Amino acid sequence: MPEDTPGSSTSRSDRVEITRDEVAHLANLARIDLDDAELDHLAPQLSVILESVASISGVAGDDVPPTSHALPMTNVFREDVVRPCLTAEQALSGAPAQGAAAVRGPADPRGRAVSGLTRRTAAELADALAAGETTSVELTRAHLDRIAEVDGAVHAFLHVDAEGALAQAAAADERRAAGSPASALDGVPIAVKDVLATQGLPTTCGSKILEGWIPPYDATVVARLKQAGLPILGKTNMDEFAMGSSTEHSAYGPTHNPWDLDRIPGGSGGGSAAAVAAFEAPLAIGTDTGGSIRQPGAVTGTVGVKPTYGGVSRYGLVALANSLDQAGPVTRTVLDSALLHEVIGGHDPLDSTSIDQPLASLVDAARRGAAGDLTGVRIGVVTELGGEGYQAGVLARFQESVDLMVKAGAEVVEVSCPSFVHALATYYLILPAEASSNLAKFDAMRYGMRVLPEGVENPSAEEVMRATRDAGFGDEVKRRIILGTYALSSGYYDAYYGQAQKVRTLISRDFAAAFERADVLVSPTAPTTAFKLGEKLDDPMAMYLNDLATIPANLAGVPGISVPSGLADEDGLPAGVQILAPALADDRLYRVGAALEAALLEQWGGPLLDKAPALEGAAR
Amino acid sequence: MSADVLVPFDDVLERFDPALGLEVHVELNTASKMFCGCPTEFGAEPNTQVCPTCLGLPGAMPVVNRKAVESAIRIGLALNCEIAEWCRFARKNYFYPDMPKNFQTSQYDEPIAFNGFMDVEVDGQAFRVEIERAHMEEDTGKSLHVGGATGRIHGADYSLVDYNRAGIPLIEIVTRPIVGAGEKAPEIAKAYVAQLRDLIVALGVSDARMDQGSIRADVNLSLSPRGAGTLGTRTETKNVNSLRSVERAVRYEMSRHAGVLEEGRPILQETRHWHEDTGITTSGREKSDAEDYRYFPEPDLVPVAPSREWVEELRGTLPENPTQKRARLQAEWGFSDLEMRDTVGAGALGLVEETIAAGASPQAARKWWLSDMARRANEAGVELTALAVTPLDVARVQTLVDEGKINDKLARQVFDGLLAGEGTPDEIVEARGLAIVSDDGALGTAVDNAIAANPDVADKIRDGKVAAAGALIGAVMKEMRGQADAGRVRELILEKLT
Ligand SMILES: [Zn+2]
Repeated sequence: MPEDTPGSSTSRSDRVEITRDEVAHLANLARIDLDDAELDHLAPQLSVILESVASISGVAGDDVPPTSHALPMTNVFREDVVRPCLTAEQALSGAPAQGAAAVRGPADPRGRAVSGLTRRTAAELADALAAGETTSVELTRAHLDRIAEVDGAVHAFLHVDAEGALAQAAAADERRAAGSPASALDGVPIAVKDVLATQGLPTTCGSKILEGWIPPYDATVVARLKQAGLPILGKTNMDEFAMGSSTEHSAYGPTHNPWDLDRIPGGSGGGSAAAVAAFEAPLAIGTDTGGSIRQPGAVTGTVGVKPTYGGVSRYGLVALANSLDQAGPVTRTVLDSALLHEVIGGHDPLDSTSIDQPLASLVDAARRGAAGDLTGVRIGVVTELGGEGYQAGVLARFQESVDLMVKAGAEVVEVSCPSFVHALATYYLILPAEASSNLAKFDAMRYGMRVLPEGVENPSAEEVMRATRDAGFGDEVKRRIILGTYALSSGYYDAYYGQAQKVRTLISRDFAAAFERADVLVSPTAPTTAFKLGEKLDDPMAMYLNDLATIPANLAGVPGISVPSGLADEDGLPAGVQILAPALADDRLYRVGAALEAALLEQWGGPLLDKAPALEGAAR
Repeated sequence: MSADVLVPFDDVLERFDPALGLEVHVELNTASKMFCGCPTEFGAEPNTQVCPTCLGLPGAMPVVNRKAVESAIRIGLALNCEIAEWCRFARKNYFYPDMPKNFQTSQYDEPIAFNGFMDVEVDGQAFRVEIERAHMEEDTGKSLHVGGATGRIHGADYSLVDYNRAGIPLIEIVTRPIVGAGEKAPEIAKAYVAQLRDLIVALGVSDARMDQGSIRADVNLSLSPRGAGTLGTRTETKNVNSLRSVERAVRYEMSRHAGVLEEGRPILQETRHWHEDTGITTSGREKSDAEDYRYFPEPDLVPVAPSREWVEELRGTLPENPTQKRARLQAEWGFSDLEMRDTVGAGALGLVEETIAAGASPQAARKWWLSDMARRANEAGVELTALAVTPLDVARVQTLVDEGKINDKLARQVFDGLLAGEGTPDEIVEARGLAIVSDDGALGTAVDNAIAANPDVADKIRDGKVAAAGALIGAVMKEMRGQADAGRVRELILEKLT
């Protein structure tokens, strides 16, 4: 190798840099008006990110086929049959409005102190409903009261639908009274991440650009919740378009971690995790593109499940990265997640990537696991998902969990997944690429926000589009749109997006090899406990590192669960252990997760969340 | 408005070789759209055939229409293409107000069908047009630009968008560069589109109405110095929506390119718009380097991998090869080469075939479609198939003529009635009172009246000036309101006066 010129430690050709002019060109392709200050700011930031993700160019991929779909499926068709359309009124509704604030539901005037009902698990509430000990209206009201009391401090919700939830609760009570409940969870209320379309309820994805949009249709997950009789309490806060690990990128202000209101609740689904951790809802729906269910679960002491890709319909989930996104349960116990997973999971003909196979019996697996016997189960500890960069207290709790599993009869093997070191870079090429295209539809034409450019008389559609996209998207969204536009542009596709798809194949192969030796893989869910609000806001790369351990599962489409593993010694904040299983073997998550949970509960002498501060009267 | 310098066609050919390329979009006639269950009927109230998917609402997802894939494969097979064993949809990313998602779901480097050909007949000679690919994609919405002088988005006061068309399945059929066509280039272009349309009709996969946009042709053209064997910079002329226009657009662009090149200026690689009324093209948007579609595989759809069994099953549903079919029909119908060529050239082959199938004689079917109907279509500026006269109607009218109920002249009035939407041929004959009177009693009276009213004419005839009978025939026909057999009237007059 030729010597470099003295004084420069890296060779020129290795350096990746996006110039200010390039950023301007990319912003033009993406129809975003960036001003000079934004350009000055973005160019060096993007160069840092790109320098980091460009590391995958060194991975040998000549003979590696690219992966664009995690699970190999072909020939998913619908028959040529006409289905009902929207009415013209519905089609044209949700047209752009300006300046409507996020709506908050009124607190119930009869509101009163927390009832014991909100402390119970969903399974317990379902039992109480079945036994006639309470009604859905009563427990829905109890949760609305709790929201009214603590959500001012937590800010888990963007929109509370008290009226709708109580109406659904009353209907559930009627079904119970008639002896025909719609499901085991009929009448148990739930919170839904604001990234899922809810007919008649605002859906903002945490973005200004969707302010005022009221979808004319339900996401399949939401339709299934309604079918199963779960009253929807409201929509939960999130990082804008699910881009983030702290919920600080929400355009409507951050959510606060119920364990310490000065800290982040994780992200992007911090609202769902915080709502469940703060006893504002017994159940919630999250979505997980790179860890957005599992990492908030870990830092709030709750349970979160990312099902197998294609296991839960994505229809109506506003896409961040279509090939990675998956909706799943956010709960306080493993059993509750299994109950909820069975409600929302299963084939959906409206989602071409939905798996057309019956769901494994997840509730059975959770109940079996709770008996605490893991004899014969091989637990693989992934070398690459631990060690450097992980907080000592998090690692200690993780080791303790592994020891408990061994005590329950499991066998531990060390497995190595060498390609995982490239997972973060792969993810930050594939995600922005898909996202940049997904977010193109927000053009101020048909729904959401519309901003008129300043000082332009009779602006054209094009000018309105550019101004709206500049004003409506937050910094992180713009960063990723520009990055994705770059990764897909001609001349760069092969080096970035194409190469990332190849490395994705290598990551899947590592999983396949690891699952030859182990039934499940385990790691800490997140490298650290909850950090302080604002701490990493200006350092995108530091923020991205939160998802180091969770991202590989999304790239390979395999399922994962995060179970609370206890409190880190150094800060007394919750940590989580992640369990991963092969695609379609979601039942293993529940069996192993429930067994670990049982062992930990015994050690703690009660739920971990009992140690969290009471929030009554809390102010921030 | 055109300041284009045009070189006469023959001069163009002396100095340049044209290279043609045709991109034809075929709108399929599936009941539902490409990726959702919305209906595809033409002409519905704006924005009534839409759903979250074709409106591109946040969260909505596509699912591929099986019938559309079948149609694509059948088109591919009929064009002698290979059918991909595995292919994908891709996103073509660009912003346009009538495109709901600001990307079009299309196919990029993995089309469903590729490497085909079609033998096109011009003046009795076959010319092979090579097909590069046929791929599946979705249509966009339709913008209506209100106000402004041009009817285009630039300068319009405001624009309205109808999304009914958004998501209707399209098959885009792309030829390889057609070289060596020389002076025949305009005719080959027209014949290719005409024959392709006939093929699409025979396959039954599209309404194939150019006037309604269910077949749309983009014409690519470039010139290179004669004999150089290179390809020049091309322009893409859009909005060419009739067979006649295909030919005219090629001719115009050849003359315009030559004009630009002869002035020593470069041809801009750009999109041009064809103007049916003035017969010229004008510059659209320039294809600059900044246009970067950033194609990538559509992550919301899974690959299409047609099994070979499926492909063979579909091959079994193909109609007869058009060239062989034409030879067979010509023999069956007893048409001369010229008659056959005219029939094909007028785009009337299918119509004539159906008319014969409905009972008319081949010559009668040919006569009506190629003379009367062709003239009317030409006057209305529409395709023959767009006329409100069906092969069944023509066959019935001919039956009425054959039975002596009407004559050719009255038949034309029946066609007037059909075009005016007055009902079936029989209803129109009845309502307009068009039946011929051939009974000698009624005619005799009318002849007597005419003789009585025109004694001087009658005298001339009696004197042997038989040619003067015309005036009396006219008087009789007038009294009979045209519904008389003119030959019989003449006979009766001559019987009475000579
Ligand atoms: Zn639709």
